Amino acid sequence: MQPSLLIIVLLALVAMAYHLGRHRSIATVGGIRSVPRLHSLPCYYGAYTAIWCGIPAFLVLGLWLAFEPNIITILVVADLPEELRQLAPERLNLVVNDIKNLAGGNIVTGVASPGVQAAADHFISLENTSAAALSLVVLALGILGMGAAWSRISPGLRARNAVERTVKVLLIVSSTIAVFTTLGIVLSVLFEAIRFFKIIPITDFLFGLDWSPQMSIRADQVGSSGAFGAVPLFAGTLLISLIAMLVAVPIGLMSAIYLSEYANRHFRALAKPLLEILAGIPTVVYGFFAALTVAPFFRGIGESMGLTVSSESALAAGVVMGIMIIPFVSSLSDDVINAVPQSMRDGSYALGATKSETVRRVIIPAALPGIVGGVLLAVSRAIGETMIVVMAAGLSAKLTANPLEAVTTVTVQIVTLLVGDQEFDSPKTLAAFALGLMLFIVTLILNIVALHVVRKYREQYE
Amino acid sequence: MIAVFETRSPIMDNSIAMNESDFPRNTGISSDALGERKISGTVGEIQVQDPRMTCRNVDVFYGNKHAIIDVSLDIGKNEVIAMIGPSGCGKSTFLRCLNRMNDTIEGCRVSGQIQLEDQDIYDPRLDVVPLRVQVGMVFQKPNPFPKSIYENVAYGPRIHGLAGNKTDLDEIVETSLRKAGLWEEVKDRLDQPGTGLSGGQQQRLCIARTIAVSPEVILMDEPCSALDPIATAKVEELIDELREHYTIAIVTHSMQQAARVSQRTAYFHLGNLVEVGETTQIFTNPRHRLTEDYITGRFG
Amino acid sequence: MSIAEHKPRTLDILERTLKKRYAAERRFRYYGLAAVVSGLAFVSLLFISIVANGYTAFFQTAIKLDIAFNAGQIDPEGKRAPAVLARADYDALIREALQGLYPEVKGRSAKRELKKVISSGAGFQLRERVLGNPGLIGGKQAVWVAADDEIDVLIKGGATDIETYPGEGIASPTGVEGEIKVLLTTNSFNAVLNEVKESLLRKAAKAEKGLGLAEETLARVDAEIAVIDKRVEQETAAGNLGLVAEQNAARQNLLAEREGLAGKIATKATEVADLRRRAETPGGDEALSGELPSYLVRINGGLVKAASVNNSGISGQVLLPLSSTKGAAKGSWEIVKFATPEGDRRTKDQLIAWVMRLQEQGRIEQQFNTNFFTSGDSREPEQAGIGGAVLGSLYTLLVTLALSFPIGVAAAVYLEEFAPKNKWVDLIEVNINNLAAVPSIVFGLLGLAVFINFFGIPRSAPLVGGLVLTLMTLPTIIIASRSALKSVPPSIREAALGVGASHLQAVTHHVLPLAMPGILTGAIIGMARALGETAPLLMIGMVAFIVDLPGSLLDPATALPVQIYLWVDSPERAFVEKTSAAIMVLLTFLIVMNAIAVYLRKKFERRW
Ligand SMILES: Nc1ncnc2c1ncn2[C@@H]1O[C@H](COP(=O)(O)OP(=O)(O)OP(=O)(O)O)[C@@H](O)[C@H]1O
Ligand SMILES: [Mg+2]
Repeated sequence: MQPSLLIIVLLALVAMAYHLGRHRSIATVGGIRSVPRLHSLPCYYGAYTAIWCGIPAFLVLGLWLAFEPNIITILVVADLPEELRQLAPERLNLVVNDIKNLAGGNIVTGVASPGVQAAADHFISLENTSAAALSLVVLALGILGMGAAWSRISPGLRARNAVERTVKVLLIVSSTIAVFTTLGIVLSVLFEAIRFFKIIPITDFLFGLDWSPQMSIRADQVGSSGAFGAVPLFAGTLLISLIAMLVAVPIGLMSAIYLSEYANRHFRALAKPLLEILAGIPTVVYGFFAALTVAPFFRGIGESMGLTVSSESALAAGVVMGIMIIPFVSSLSDDVINAVPQSMRDGSYALGATKSETVRRVIIPAALPGIVGGVLLAVSRAIGETMIVVMAAGLSAKLTANPLEAVTTVTVQIVTLLVGDQEFDSPKTLAAFALGLMLFIVTLILNIVALHVVRKYREQYE
Repeated sequence: MIAVFETRSPIMDNSIAMNESDFPRNTGISSDALGERKISGTVGEIQVQDPRMTCRNVDVFYGNKHAIIDVSLDIGKNEVIAMIGPSGCGKSTFLRCLNRMNDTIEGCRVSGQIQLEDQDIYDPRLDVVPLRVQVGMVFQKPNPFPKSIYENVAYGPRIHGLAGNKTDLDEIVETSLRKAGLWEEVKDRLDQPGTGLSGGQQQRLCIARTIAVSPEVILMDEPCSALDPIATAKVEELIDELREHYTIAIVTHSMQQAARVSQRTAYFHLGNLVEVGETTQIFTNPRHRLTEDYITGRFG
Repeated sequence: MSIAEHKPRTLDILERTLKKRYAAERRFRYYGLAAVVSGLAFVSLLFISIVANGYTAFFQTAIKLDIAFNAGQIDPEGKRAPAVLARADYDALIREALQGLYPEVKGRSAKRELKKVISSGAGFQLRERVLGNPGLIGGKQAVWVAADDEIDVLIKGGATDIETYPGEGIASPTGVEGEIKVLLTTNSFNAVLNEVKESLLRKAAKAEKGLGLAEETLARVDAEIAVIDKRVEQETAAGNLGLVAEQNAARQNLLAEREGLAGKIATKATEVADLRRRAETPGGDEALSGELPSYLVRINGGLVKAASVNNSGISGQVLLPLSSTKGAAKGSWEIVKFATPEGDRRTKDQLIAWVMRLQEQGRIEQQFNTNFFTSGDSREPEQAGIGGAVLGSLYTLLVTLALSFPIGVAAAVYLEEFAPKNKWVDLIEVNINNLAAVPSIVFGLLGLAVFINFFGIPRSAPLVGGLVLTLMTLPTIIIASRSALKSVPPSIREAALGVGASHLQAVTHHVLPLAMPGILTGAIIGMARALGETAPLLMIGMVAFIVDLPGSLLDPATALPVQIYLWVDSPERAFVEKTSAAIMVLLTFLIVMNAIAVYLRKKFERRW
């Protein structure tokens, strides 16, 4: 049975369980009139039965589907002819891929050897067995669970409490998913990064000045020293983030100030949502804008001034990224500026200060921690931003501070290293995870610091 | 010229039913002496000799809400005038009119005439900056800036460029703190944040901050409501000393306080100025029923 | 210091400085206004540039061909078997129809060129038509087929500006086909000739610059040789023979380089001299190269491309045959200019000429581009559509919604209603807040490592995309749901508990329904963000070139934003407008989603 079909059948079973449970509970007390004699409402008995029917079955189904491919692969590899099993891991991976393709009826590279063909047949048969076993196990479990629950229904059964306990457990499980996501990120990235650092020493990675991962695809060059020095990427990331901040912070901050201190209600009601549109635009659109409109524009200006601006410049990417971050900075600043109590303003105005004096000498100093926190969050956004730089910043890992040249960033390299064909064990792919680890650590620190600063700031005025 | 008025405002007729006998007649001077201009239905002497500020027929609206209704009042030189009245009657609103702090509230409109030494402060050509330098304000809750004590006091002189150099500024800061009676307590920690002081100290710091730009009038909106009795006593003492140099208008909910610090008292009710007079007279012999009710505590 | 002496000073000082302070005030205000205005300008610039680039993509140039559905060719057996019909060579029908329109085109390569007018997918169009209506076979019908993307660009004005000038005097062609001359009684081509000469001068100047550079290099090489010579002398004196040999080898290399340079300089110099001579002598016969705009003469129903001009006329190739060699009077012939030089565009002059013929015959039309909405990706811009990408996005979002909404609400309910205050719950909250700010690409790495490499779900599957986006949007939904739950006043909860409901019943029956608008708003905004997300999908391989529409959650698919990314990288010009149009569609979806969210918030906003 197809998994999707199985799921539908199982859902039907669950619905049935609900009804059976409900009816049974009513029947045990002898009809709808005596329902008050039940401990809980009939629907709780239904839910009780449905839970017993559905949860174990779905749990098994999920686990089975999650681990089935790996187990089948292991079984197939174990049964491969001796000479195939002796292959190096990368080659073996290719063979396994061939087997899977063959089994799936796809085109394979070259002619399938009899060994591979046999393995493919084995694969198919295993898959079929597994599917059949799965259907059997899951449906049996569902029916058993339903039966067990059904038979336990009696007027004294505290069905509501049982159902509520289950629901609460589900709630708790849902709330822990965030923790597991973080854990998953840390483990997966860390695991691959450690493998990478076994090939390339971490010091070479962190302090090396030369980044040219493409060179080391050839087997004889694996791990050739100096090809994985990430400093140019860090420098490029910083350069672009700096440009972005130079655009976003003044514009974002000043517009927040203008909108909250100067603008009248109508203008604010109009301008604020319009500015926030910028926040809702997907980054790929910004990338397109950067590559197609802004970069040629800067090139044109540069040319007319006798400067050479490369077609993918840090400037274009940075400026567009800055535009993207404007609403982020402005709404965060807006929040913190509005959190400054009106009494501060009153105090200043009552001394005869003008608006701008009040803003510059009282409000901004008072809001500074909040603004700094907001800017830190914005920096973390800029560092982690991917599409704009992928589309507009370029790939050349040059160590330069010239914004008119093309630079590359951590995220761009992650994308280039991982998009397209990849073998999972080459340092090239692993390097992407090492970069991801750096990215995660840096943004995490920025976020924690920023959130802490902002929270402290809010508490101050609460 | 001293005049006594006895006209009634139509609003009061409608909103609070009152008998003729509610208005003790003052038969001393006939209403003809008022001249052509009718001044609102306030009991008592709204005018003083040698006024610093004169308000005539002031109305204030918040959007549609009529918060101050036709109030006329003089504020004399070197006097402390207390404004009392039930919550929401418009004391703060009236006070804020006096240095145009109402400008900062969206939807607030002021009509009528308010003069500071012959100058109409609602004249569109008038500049609020010098006005607010001349008419300073202290607020209900102490609101020191999140800066050092020194910077708090120096803020006004700095923005107005009153001190030519650091020594001058130091001097202004010291004098102001001394006048506010805070110098001895803070002279060793001028560089510590003003927000770290106690409530009473903060309030005196705010007063010092106001004095530092040497205003003529100081408006105080319930300056002691957030303070304990000891701090309150200190601030009251201070007000008494300041009277020598400044005109002070103070809003307070404490009748005792009004009695202690002020020479004159004005009683507000639902936006109307009901009665104004010598503080002793208001507290011992109120002429209007509403005032009497309020003072004797019969009023919520 | 007493007040009396202090006070006048204050006002005096104010008097003096106030002007400056107000100027500063105004300036500050203008900075603020400028910031807001520039922000708004960016918004409008973005939208304008996208709409201006993209709106044309909703229409596609179509060409009317008179197709003869020749029975012998399509269905030789005459049984109308679908399998046979499907296998027939429909491109041949198109070739024949074109041949009918342009009988003068002969030779294989010319015919191949001619075929470029029509989209390579036109054959499929015909096949669909015949399969849908076999009755067509044997008849003849006018059929609108899609034009090639380059033609589409040309018709939409993206390839070159086409200008025409009325001809002066009488023009007489010397032939109707092949290489001919068009002789003129006036020198109408003087302007063209001048332009050619100017371009020659420009070329000469450029060549001279190159010459100067080459000479500089030469001087440098000479200097290097001199240095080496000196060193050789020293080393020889010192007896370091090994070094001498090394230096000599280097010298040899430099000499070779020098020789090459000298030769180049010589040729360049003659080139410059030649260019200058040609430019400076008046008149003469000048060839028009591909770096100049193309000039053509439209005369006697045909089109002649000028290969060279002189004062008395032009000579060149006939692109569309003339009806006769009769002289054409003033006004009945014209000069046509293709402003973009032929070398700078992909549509060559001959192709433009053929298209102009089609236009004259009314065989070209802009038709609404349904294909754009229904097809999958393609290497040919005119056949590419966003259908597949939209479907992929839809599947991905369905997975995301189905998982993140219940989980997010459940987590929010737990944290807001049931969670005790302890370290574990604090940890969860910190985690959620941080996850909301983790770069999306990191979620992509997680998806790649866990879902694809560990669990073995196929790459490029919408299922993986949905899972990754679920993890990404969960924090958003949890945070929004929590604040919605928080805004329900405790009195409601207490009322429910007061009538004997369990805590869970109070929450599910009373609190949740009241919080639902807020939760939905958060969910929609989360979905909108997920819809626009690209980077994590790149990581999990949803970036492949996929032509077929995905049929299930495990089929390889791409998503709308990824499609945009893919098209931006494509070199064909026609993809620029496709990209912009796809962005317009994406933004429309987003705007609709956000509008719904705003509507929900407005409609159900409750003040307690
Ligand atoms: N910004 C405003 N917008 C609208 N109405 C306002 C505003 N400020 C005050 N009011 C209204 O104007 C009236 C007078 O308010 P005001 O603050 O002057 O009272 P108050 O006498 O100072 O009261 P309290 O003793 O409580 O401070 C009140 O009814 C109040 O609701
Ligand atoms: Mg008040």
